[in-house]
Amino acid sequence: MAETTLTHTGQTESRPAGWQGIAADWSSDQRAFKNVSWGKAMMWIFLLSDTFIFGCFLLSYMTARASTRVPWPNPSEVFALRIGGSDIPLILIAIMTFVLISSSGTMAMAVNFGYRRDRRKTAILMLLTAALGATFVGMQAFEWTKLITEGVRPWGNPWGAAQFGSTFFMITGFHGTHVTIGVIFLIIVARKVWRGDYDVGRPGFFTSRRGRYENVEIMGLYWHFVDLVWVFIFAFFYLW
Amino acid sequence: MAEATANGLGQHALHAGHAHDAPATGVAQAEVHQEHPIKLYLVVWAWLFILSTCSYLVDYFGLHGYLRWSLILIFMILKAGLIVAVFMHMAWERLALTYAIILPPVLILVFVAMMLFEADYTLFTRMVFFGPGP
Repeated sequence: MAETTLTHTGQTESRPAGWQGIAADWSSDQRAFKNVSWGKAMMWIFLLSDTFIFGCFLLSYMTARASTRVPWPNPSEVFALRIGGSDIPLILIAIMTFVLISSSGTMAMAVNFGYRRDRRKTAILMLLTAALGATFVGMQAFEWTKLITEGVRPWGNPWGAAQFGSTFFMITGFHGTHVTIGVIFLIIVARKVWRGDYDVGRPGFFTSRRGRYENVEIMGLYWHFVDLVWVFIFAFFYLW
Repeated sequence: MAEATANGLGQHALHAGHAHDAPATGVAQAEVHQEHPIKLYLVVWAWLFILSTCSYLVDYFGLHGYLRWSLILIFMILKAGLIVAVFMHMAWERLALTYAIILPPVLILVFVAMMLFEADYTLFTRMVFFGPGP
């Protein structure tokens, strides 16, 4: 069994901090992430790979926009909404930003209450997060509908460079997919919290590992990442 | 099964170690269970609202040129930093994880430099062969 291969001397060495800590943790021939469970480490590594995917999307957008002779449509005007007789620039995008940030706030508090073993508050805050996420997706669907009826297509649009449509649908579509998947998993995890799965350590559907409240934090990492990506999309695509 | 056992034991030893070295090395909050006051999250939440409003106002007031771009980037980096550090608890992780996750995306900046160079050349050739924009 595994016990034979594990030499546990009973000694507890103190772990160095700073640069020495990095070298010591990585070179110790055991596990690099000392106090992080595999679930959490793997979520971080997945998010790292996702960072490169969105990084490449934004890079291709930058390349397309920087290399076209045709003027780029002004996002401030394209995404303006007519409210009360006057055009307010980017207002829908601003509201979407606030909705997503709020969902991140409720998620952070859900993680906190999860570690306090407050089943009720955790589940309610997670469902609130899911509701805000669904609101975000709904507003994005409205935005897509509006742009499509105005004639924006992946191959062209009435205002300028043809690449505007393709990059817009690709980047926001991929982000919206991430939000949708997040909402689905939020509901699944919230149900498990509500049912008390993490109090009794009931194994998940696909895994034999016992469920823990850390799963809420891992779910939270994904959700905050979705918010994080929106920060960059908001800055580079809508504001630039 | 075997692996889980080994990990469990390893973690056990580690926790015992932390009880001793936490005050000495200053690695506080190193436990898996993190509890921070709710107020911290509310403060960060408020700051994210303020920063988002600021970046929206950059567009609302129609600022142009380098002022616009630098303000957008500053607000973006501050927001991203707050989300990663506090909401994703990166501020309380050990540096080995922090550097493993934060450093690789920085390399994207090299890619950005390459593609800016390439886009500049593409634009140049388009100008030469098709003339300035319509």
